[in-house]
Amino acid sequence: MTLLDLKPGQRSRIRGWVSDSPPARLMEMGLLPGADVELIRFAPLGDPIDIKVRGFHLSIRKSEARLIEVEAV
Amino acid sequence: MSPTDPQADVRRVALIGNPNVGKTTLFNLLTGMRQKVGNYPGVTVERKVGRLAGEPPIDIIDLPGSYSLSPKSMDERIAYDVLMGHQKDEPIPDLAICVVDASNLERNLYLVSQVIDTGLPCMVALNMTDAAEEAGLHIDTTKLQEELGVPVIPMVASRNEGVGKLKYRMRQAELPPPSEPKWDIMPVVDEALPFLMDLLDGHVAENGRRIEVLQCLTNEAMLEYWQDRAPDFHAAIVAERARLEELKAPYQQAEIMGRYNWISPVVARVVSRSKADTELTLSDRIDAVLTHQVFGPVLFGMLLLLIFQAVFTWATPAMDGIEAGVVALGDFVRTAAPPGMLTDLLVDGVITGVGNVAVFLPQILLLFFFLGLMEDTGYMARSAFIMDRIMSKVGLSGGSVVPLLSSFACAIPGIMAARTLANPRDRLITIMVAPLMSCSARLPVYTLFIAAFLPTGTILGIFTWQGVAMFSMYLLGTVMAFVAAFVLRRFVFNKGESSFFAMELPPYRLPRFRQITWRMIDRSKAFVVRAGKIIFGMSIILWALATFPQVDLPQELDQEQRILDVRMQERVDGLMAGGVGAEEARTLIEEQFSDELNSLSARTGAYRIERSFIGMMGHALEPVMRPLGFDWKISAGIISAFAAREVIISALATLYSVGDSDEDSPLLREKLKSDTYDDGSPVYTPLVAVSLLVFFVLALQCMSTLAIARRETNSWKWPAVMWLYMTGLAYLFSLVIYQGGQALGWG
Repeated sequence: MTLLDLKPGQRSRIRGWVSDSPPARLMEMGLLPGADVELIRFAPLGDPIDIKVRGFHLSIRKSEARLIEVEAV
Repeated sequence: MSPTDPQADVRRVALIGNPNVGKTTLFNLLTGMRQKVGNYPGVTVERKVGRLAGEPPIDIIDLPGSYSLSPKSMDERIAYDVLMGHQKDEPIPDLAICVVDASNLERNLYLVSQVIDTGLPCMVALNMTDAAEEAGLHIDTTKLQEELGVPVIPMVASRNEGVGKLKYRMRQAELPPPSEPKWDIMPVVDEALPFLMDLLDGHVAENGRRIEVLQCLTNEAMLEYWQDRAPDFHAAIVAERARLEELKAPYQQAEIMGRYNWISPVVARVVSRSKADTELTLSDRIDAVLTHQVFGPVLFGMLLLLIFQAVFTWATPAMDGIEAGVVALGDFVRTAAPPGMLTDLLVDGVITGVGNVAVFLPQILLLFFFLGLMEDTGYMARSAFIMDRIMSKVGLSGGSVVPLLSSFACAIPGIMAARTLANPRDRLITIMVAPLMSCSARLPVYTLFIAAFLPTGTILGIFTWQGVAMFSMYLLGTVMAFVAAFVLRRFVFNKGESSFFAMELPPYRLPRFRQITWRMIDRSKAFVVRAGKIIFGMSIILWALATFPQVDLPQELDQEQRILDVRMQERVDGLMAGGVGAEEARTLIEEQFSDELNSLSARTGAYRIERSFIGMMGHALEPVMRPLGFDWKISAGIISAFAAREVIISALATLYSVGDSDEDSPLLREKLKSDTYDDGSPVYTPLVAVSLLVFFVLALQCMSTLAIARRETNSWKWPAVMWLYMTGLAYLFSLVIYQGGQALGWG
């Protein structure tokens, strides 16, 4: 499943990117295989989303969240 | 000597850190008011240098906030280039201080590991230790220092704790030795490194070679730097890329993975937790309300309304005060100085020019106060979070909302507010479309022409035509701003990597008014000093255009003037014979003759301006403007409105010999209505009024906006494009409206 399949409040661990060239900035922010990530909430209009990774809150768009494969923990 | 000139004997320290780690707070604390703000040559990146007073003095360079030294933006490129000594005219710093948010150690250490790799002596300022403790994070600084191999100084910069120790360490004669890179990269990349690093011998200090090689492997712009400087290195990198591609090695991600593989265990060893990571913080609870599906947008809307209200109305008394002050000063100079060209220049050119700059200050200060409040509390990121969906439809991001809405008050603070946008492309597009939002200077123009030429009836019993017209003007501007943003994004800024959005939502914190005030003054100063110079200069040019060439008055006006003088002198003499003082008599008589004097001076003014350069330009422009329904007077008015849009009203008043006038003046309204062409047809029909209104909605009739756009984009290119596309749009729309309207028989 991908990060987008999580429900708000659900925690998961990143398995990898479903993309050959994931945005380097998101990886530098710590979105790497093995990192724990929690979906906090969707923005009022449904996009972007608020996630918690490595202890901080990050907002990314659904189009990127869709590229991040996660597994339940 | 100013603190921006590099001095060989003064130690240079670079401050670097992620955004939102308190780096600027620390910089302000270290340098006080001894700062110089400018731009790096050729780019829009702000260069901030300040001096730490005392013995020995130290120059401190505040590098742009960066998440990484692998540049994704011009800001980060500059940060890297300065640290590596690649930046022209910027000697390599003696020491790098990496400011780190202790409550967010893991991500911050990514940048730290890169800074260590530059091979510069380096220290870590572990900031916000209070916030970390509050979150239940205890950091063993001694252990962290051992792990990193560089000094770690814990501090709370906002409370000035630990800063003294940092100053002491910065001044020590012996700087800490550079640390070795501690992390390992995947073997397939690693095995090629020694060969590539050797090729940089003589170009980059030994310690900094590894990061330079890694940057060049993954970043085209970084490699380009070496094309002429070290061609063999350039070729070797290209070959190495091909080799790695062939092996299908994920070398693009190798550096990021390698660093985090080192960082994560380090964090596990130095940080102990006394609270579970899952526990909701106060910030989380606030977010549950402020980004709530319903309350979030409602509260954001209310906040915007408040800001709007503040900038629109609270600033008015101060702006009126400044305007009155400028007028009073002008009057004073007129009475004190002998009449003549020099006094005219002083009053109508210089003082008016200063006034044109100063009048924007109240709005700018107020807006920047609110923006500072939003940024400092962390709410700015939430507003972008809420609005991003809508803005992404036209290719912008949520961060553009506040700058664009601010532009309803005035495009100048709006354009300056675009600085809060981290993505340079979003920032530039926002700057380019901001002037389409109807600013408050258009309001008087709308008022005059709507009141004079549009019907007063109502629609559906509740809306007046005039109200609907006013609303339509605002709507047209807003819609066109979105269209322009879409077009710019689609056709002009469509190159480069596909856009994505990654925005930190920092924890909420209480606003620190010192910081906010500081930033407010800083930005306002930038406006006054940089844009002010251009506005001031253009004011003088416009004055000269309206004043020269000086012509003799025609005989009848001249004669009328003489007769009036003689009549007045007779009455003055009569009064004086009756024992009244000379000055008092003069004043009394001037009052009695005020109608005649005003009428005469208005007609003299009209005669002169028609023959001035502006009048000539109006006449010259008339053939071009006639298809829009504008005669030479409107054309001349449009030219003079370049000083500021509302100036068209006083310009028209002069051209129509009305004397002093504002948008509510019935006299000017009547004069406009009754003006005719030679064939007797009226100059102003409702269709002309609509055409003119639309022209004012879309045209960039404001030199201050151009000046600030020049300052913010650091080139004349974008202001020129801005002026051309907006004027083009205005012309096109007015042309279609006027010609279409006439074809439909509405003329």
